[in-house]
Order: sequence, then C-alpha cells, then structure tokens
Amino acid sequence: MYCDECKQRPATVHITQFYNGKKVEMHLCGECSAQKGPHILQFGGGFFDGGFTLPKLLGGFFGGGAPVAGKAPLAGQVGVHVCPGCGMSFNEFTQVGRLGCGECYATFENEIDPILRRIHGNYRHLGKVPTRSGGKFKLQKTIDDLKAQLQAAIGNEQYEKAAELRDRIKELEKQKSNYQGRG
Amino acid sequence: MGISDILNRTHVAWMDAQGPESDIVISSRVRLARNLRAIPFPHLLNEKTGAQVIAQVNQALKTSKNNISRGLVLVPFNQLSSLDRSVLVEKHLISPEHAGNPLPYRGVVVNDEGSLAIMVNEEDHLRIQCVLSGLQLNQANKYAELADDSLEESLDYAFDEKHGYLTSCPTNVGTGMRASVMLHLPAVAITNQTNTVIQSITQLGLTVRGMYGEGTEATGRLYQVSNQVTLGQSEEDIINNLWTVVIQIVEQERHLRERLLKEMRYQVEDRVLRSYGILTNARMVSSTEALSLLSDVRMGIDMRILPEVNRQVLNELLVAIMPSHLQKAFGEEMEPMQRDIRRAEIIKQKLNLK
Ligand SMILES: [Zn+2]
Ligand SMILES: [Zn+2]
Repeated sequence: MYCDECKQRPATVHITQFYNGKKVEMHLCGECSAQKGPHILQFGGGFFDGGFTLPKLLGGFFGGGAPVAGKAPLAGQVGVHVCPGCGMSFNEFTQVGRLGCGECYATFENEIDPILRRIHGNYRHLGKVPTRSGGKFKLQKTIDDLKAQLQAAIGNEQYEKAAELRDRIKELEKQKSNYQGRG
Repeated sequence: MGISDILNRTHVAWMDAQGPESDIVISSRVRLARNLRAIPFPHLLNEKTGAQVIAQVNQALKTSKNNISRGLVLVPFNQLSSLDRSVLVEKHLISPEHAGNPLPYRGVVVNDEGSLAIMVNEEDHLRIQCVLSGLQLNQANKYAELADDSLEESLDYAFDEKHGYLTSCPTNVGTGMRASVMLHLPAVAITNQTNTVIQSITQLGLTVRGMYGEGTEATGRLYQVSNQVTLGQSEEDIINNLWTVVIQIVEQERHLRERLLKEMRYQVEDRVLRSYGILTNARMVSSTEALSLLSDVRMGIDMRILPEVNRQVLNELLVAIMPSHLQKAFGEEMEPMQRDIRRAEIIKQKLNLK
C-alpha cells in the first residue's frame, strides 16, 4: 500500500480517527506522517466549533453525498410536514443542517431522534434544567430519577424501600398534574 | 470600563497563568448554547426578529439580580469595527464566524476581566462562554452556569425535557455545553507521539484540534481538546470526563519532557537556545514562525533551560503578535512585512529574559 499523501513511498503509519462513531482512516509514509501529523488535527482550527458540518454528517446518514432536495427520506411529504413555529420542513433541515426553532425538535421528533442517537449515542437529556421555566421539568426529572431508584430497589429485593419510593413517585406525579392543570 | 478597555489592552483573564497545571494547560473554556423560546434560531432571523433577541438580552442584563451579569453591556456589531471584532477573535472571545458576518442584530457581551463573553445571535441566540487560565474546568463551568442562571431570571429558554436545551444544530442539543482546554504539547510533538495521543483522545469521544493555522503543523504546538457529546450526559460528567483525559495528557507530556532531558539533553538545549536566539535578535518574524519559536522558549523555561519568566507575558505574546493586535497597538494598517518588523520588536521587548 502506498502513502495517501505522496503516493510514492510505502505507507507505514496507519491512522484511524473516530468522529462520532465515524471512522476515518489514513495511510501515510513515515515522512508524510511526520509532516502531516499535527495537520491531521486541523478540522477548521481555532477554539470554536466548526469541526464538522451537519449537512456533511446528514449526508452520511442518508447514504452518501449531501442530501439533495427531493431525495431526503421525507421528500414525498414536502410541504405537508412543516414546523408550526418557523415554517421549516424536515427536508429543508437536511439541506441547511440547522433547525429553525425550538419547536422543530418536537415537530420532527421521529426523524430527529435517530439522528441524535447517531450523533450523541443518546436522545434523552440528562443535564441541567432551567429553574424559571422548568418547574414542571425539574419535577419530571426527579420522578425519573426516583423511578430508576425504584427499579434498582426491586432488582435488589429491597421491597420496603421500593414501597417508599413508589409512594413518593405517586405524590410527585400528582404535583405534576397540578402544574399541567395550570398550563 | 466596558468593551473599549478590553479592546485596547492585550490581557484577558485566561492569560493569567494562574490555575492548576498552567505550564501546560493554557486555558479552560466552558460554553453554553441557549435559545429563546418562540423566536426562530439566528439563521432565520431578520432585522425585526433579530432586534427582539437583542432587546430581551438587554432587558435581562439590566434587570439581573446577580452581579455576574448585572451592569454588563451588549455591544451590537454595528458599533464595532471589523478590526475590533477581529481583536476579539484573536483574544479567543468570539468566533471567526461571528466576527465575519456583522449583521446589525449580532453582538457581544464581555465582562471587565474578559473571563465571560456572550455571543448574541451567532449560531444560537446566546453562547455563554467562560474562559479561565490553567486547568479550571470546574470553575469555568460554575461561572458559566451562574451567568446562565442570572440571564434565565428573565429569559424564557427554548427547552424540552426530553431534548434539553434546544439548539440550532443538533450536535449541541441537550446540555448545550462545549467544554475545552488549550494545551501546549511540545514534547508530544517533538517525539512524534501526536498521532498516538490524538487517537486515544478521539476514541474517548473527545475532539482534538490544532489551535492555529491551516498549514502543515499545529502551529505553536497548541491543541484544543473538547467534548463532542452534549446529549445524554450531565454537565458534571462532561467536565469530569474531559478533566480526566486532560490530566493524563499532561502527565504524558511531563513524562516525555523528562525523557527528552535524559536522552537528548544537548539536542533539546540546542533547539531551545537557538529559538531564543532568533526571537531576541531577529528583525522580522512571521506569526507562524513566532508561534513555533515561542513554543520552544516556553518549553525551555518549563524545563529550566532558560531562566524563569512571568508566564503571563508568554500567554499575552500569543495574542499580541497577531495581526489585528499589532494593528491596534501601532494604530495603522500595515503591510505583512511591516507587521513582521513590529512583531519582532514586540517580542524582543517582552521577552527580555535576565
Ligand atoms: Zn508519503
Ligand atoms: Zn421550527
């Protein structure tokens, strides 16, 4: 195998990089790898984002090349499936690589969740919850945590603890429905 | 003081050289992406909707009860020259993409120390960033979270419980957090370990990039390591994962430096002293050459080949030698050659080792 860079010397250095589970391989000769070594890092450079662009990533998801209008999976429904918040269609998203507004996430949930799973290995938020607009969310997070503890307790045959947790969850569910009642 | 003070001096907080491991870890950054509910993301904004974002952020800054953000001023881009914007880029306070597209509803908020910088209407409505010196990821995180909380007192964020903080690009959704450190890794580079190190870092789900330049080398052997995943991990996990990896890289760099001193002392000393010789004698230096020679000098000081120097000066030099800082300092537009001359002057003056 010859070096990817100079195409003259035999490739002795084999580099595999992973970006979001996507494998990128390079085969270089000693000289080129010495020269290019740090260069391999240069994905746009700088302190900020821009390491890779989403249209490129999406291109990968939808089988090669940048998604083209009329070829994305939901293309048949263009104009039907549009976000009420911003008017963007999923097809437009695959071309721009940017969602239009917060509501897009709920609107295109079925299409976006698999993408999120590919990018992050996950599609459920586990972090911070805004305090002001998040009272209800905070509650739900506590409930989820308690439910996980409940499962663990059952698994460990700690039935007394499980019963306690179950009561607590019931209580919080009631609180939550109050929140929802208030909108 | 306001932004003009930041623009007219070189120093900002991350150059303090104060935090832990600050010989190798130059700076730590945490940025949080946030968007306002019911307003389209920045790429869909027009002057009218863009102005709504500006107004809401202004209001939040004005009414905040927390002095982290109270009293800070949002400076819109129509009040910043392109030189000033690129000074902020060179200081690592705003992104080149932000600076490069001066829409009237784009802007920036910077505190007096330059430790907090909020980009408004970049890719997201808000990019809250805290940049501190050395390995201070936890502190940077706390600071960014506090700024976030204080803005959230009056801002309604786009958030849903399943996807977290909703961002323009799905690669940022969830925590909206990008934590990163800037590392100086000369021994890793000299001993050709860069690829091995990068490989192990990327396999851990982190990203490595060269800080400067698109050329053949990560100029100045400065690298940025950051998290990639933002969804499904808590902020603390993200910070802790990154911290753990960074500590290992730092140890590796230290270990390689020891070996260099043991096994190649003359070559290393020769390299350091030559680089020092050039920097203290040259009449003209390009920014690429300067970054690379400064890397040798910094390593030489760390290894006690050169006498101790205030590290703050070294950090400031990284930025003071950049084109827009030179232009700002000398008050004139310069040809590249004039810049190279000025750059050599500044370095000589600042690098006056005893
Ligand atoms: Zn080659
Ligand atoms: Zn939308």
